Amino acid sequence: MDIPKVISKKPFVLGLLFVILILMATSPLYATRYTVILLTSIFMYVVLTVSWTVFSGPTGYVSLAPAAFFGAGVYTSALLGFVLPLPAVIIMGGLSSSCLALVVGALTLRLRGIYFVMFTFGLVELLLHFVLWWEVNITGTTGRVVPTVGNTMVYYLMLTILVIVILIAYLIKRSRFGLALQSIGECEEAAAHTGVHVTALKITTFAVSAFFMGAAGAIMATRWTYIDPRIAFNPILSFLPVLMAIFGGMGQLYGPVIGAAIFTYLEEFLITRFPYYYMLIFGIIMVIAILYLPEGLVGLTQKLWNRIWGAKHGDP
Amino acid sequence: MIVTLLDIVIAGLLMGGIYALIAVGLSLQYGVARVLNIAHGEFIMLGAFITWSLYTIFGIIPLVSLAISSPVVFTIGFILYRTLFTRLRTSSPSPAVFEGKSMLACFGLLFIIQNVAILLWGAEIKGYSYLAFPVDFWGAKFAANRLITLGFAIVFGSVFYLFLARTRMGKAIRAAAQDPVAAGLMGVNISWVLAVCFGLGALMAGLGGTLISMSYQIQPTMGLEYTMIALIVLVLGGLGSIPGSFIGGFLLGLVGSIVTYLQPGLSLVAYYVLFMLLLLAKPTGILGR
Repeated sequence: MDIPKVISKKPFVLGLLFVILILMATSPLYATRYTVILLTSIFMYVVLTVSWTVFSGPTGYVSLAPAAFFGAGVYTSALLGFVLPLPAVIIMGGLSSSCLALVVGALTLRLRGIYFVMFTFGLVELLLHFVLWWEVNITGTTGRVVPTVGNTMVYYLMLTILVIVILIAYLIKRSRFGLALQSIGECEEAAAHTGVHVTALKITTFAVSAFFMGAAGAIMATRWTYIDPRIAFNPILSFLPVLMAIFGGMGQLYGPVIGAAIFTYLEEFLITRFPYYYMLIFGIIMVIAILYLPEGLVGLTQKLWNRIWGAKHGDP
Repeated sequence: MIVTLLDIVIAGLLMGGIYALIAVGLSLQYGVARVLNIAHGEFIMLGAFITWSLYTIFGIIPLVSLAISSPVVFTIGFILYRTLFTRLRTSSPSPAVFEGKSMLACFGLLFIIQNVAILLWGAEIKGYSYLAFPVDFWGAKFAANRLITLGFAIVFGSVFYLFLARTRMGKAIRAAAQDPVAAGLMGVNISWVLAVCFGLGALMAGLGGTLISMSYQIQPTMGLEYTMIALIVLVLGGLGSIPGSFIGGFLLGLVGSIVTYLQPGLSLVAYYVLFMLLLLAKPTGILGR
């Protein structure tokens, strides 16, 4: 018999999560400044990757718009940073991204597959070049200054968003809502015929996932203190969440979290050790991950796990 | 007034020729080999830098170095498809999964090729002067190298069109584009044809790169912009249609030169607006079914 079925795993998992959360919440007290900054970057990528997976994971619509939503949040922070208090700025950053997502979602309803991919990536480039042109020709500047709040504050804000996004992702996955999203991914026509309100569901989820990307952007802007369009709408921020999700494995909620954490650490490690070869090595790892890890790290560990435990219990 | 108008139109056509050529390459890779090659611009960059090296180091003129650079990029493309993409294709459960995965693999390739180029050639902007004397066109002046670029783009495009329409290999490619499984059953060696297609797509990009290096400045990070332009032209002309790619290329070139004349700096914005409107209104393109 399977051991996990006899003894419930739930208390252990909850306890483990609680311990991790306590460790994370107290880490600025004992960890070095470098660790806190690194953890903030990891949190940012986890937020981007998990919120990307909320929409694109179950539905199968590959969105390359994260950089657009992130950038919208960054610019909200730059525009409102000196006017509103920080929590309000972050919420406004999220909301402006959500509004953008609602418009984009409503426009791209008819697009599927590769056309949706191209449209969302076109959106990033369009916003980048438009804001670039606007800043140079209308405002007369290229960059903007954002009020700073200090590393520890940024860390806690990012941690809060992280906890909320994981909670929301978990709730969506467990609810009828998540089931309906899954059915869209399997077969959209069939989902519509069984009574799923396909259009409304897709747009809402797209906007929800954009909210957290925008909020993450608004927070990160306060750490960077100086921003310009090329930093805010960096196309790499569109590709990295996709790769991190694939690298981690999208079958389970913790897949994207692990993928983003390992990938960000790897990036940091490569930049410090091999500054000249870092992007090259990065590209090679990407290709290898796509070739040899179709189910991601989580899929690989599950396969190994099943092989070990399955053999012991006579299960193939 | 008439001279300005002529200026704009000819400048647009000169740009359009290159746009069309690189779009035909991408069309072949996506239309037949089903790889949305995000790294297409990197092959353009490779072609441009090989030409630059041959000209500045060995003094080989660009039009001759076409014969050297194109086999090189063809081989790179061919080998990539035989190794990387064939493996992805056979391990993917459905064509849609293959499309998604191969696109992401191309993104990895983009990083690899771009950074190898930076290691080899350095990150700074490069350029050389070749046939840069002006030619008079009813009062409008254009550099000779741009006219040669347009001429070559049209010649390459037509030769390629004839290759697809008239030769046995071309027929196999068209069959593979329509239905790979049926083509395979009819005796077409599918995995070989697809690899040739991918290689030919890379070759077109390399040719485009050589022509671009004759008239424009080049740098290792120039690829993505050309990839996006090729994508826009591809959607504009209809996926998989070669005449469509040519019409789309010239159209986009015209739009670019008109917008540059009215408001320099907004031409890329105009491209993307056009692209997105097109995706919304008629994603199959002007010649698409």
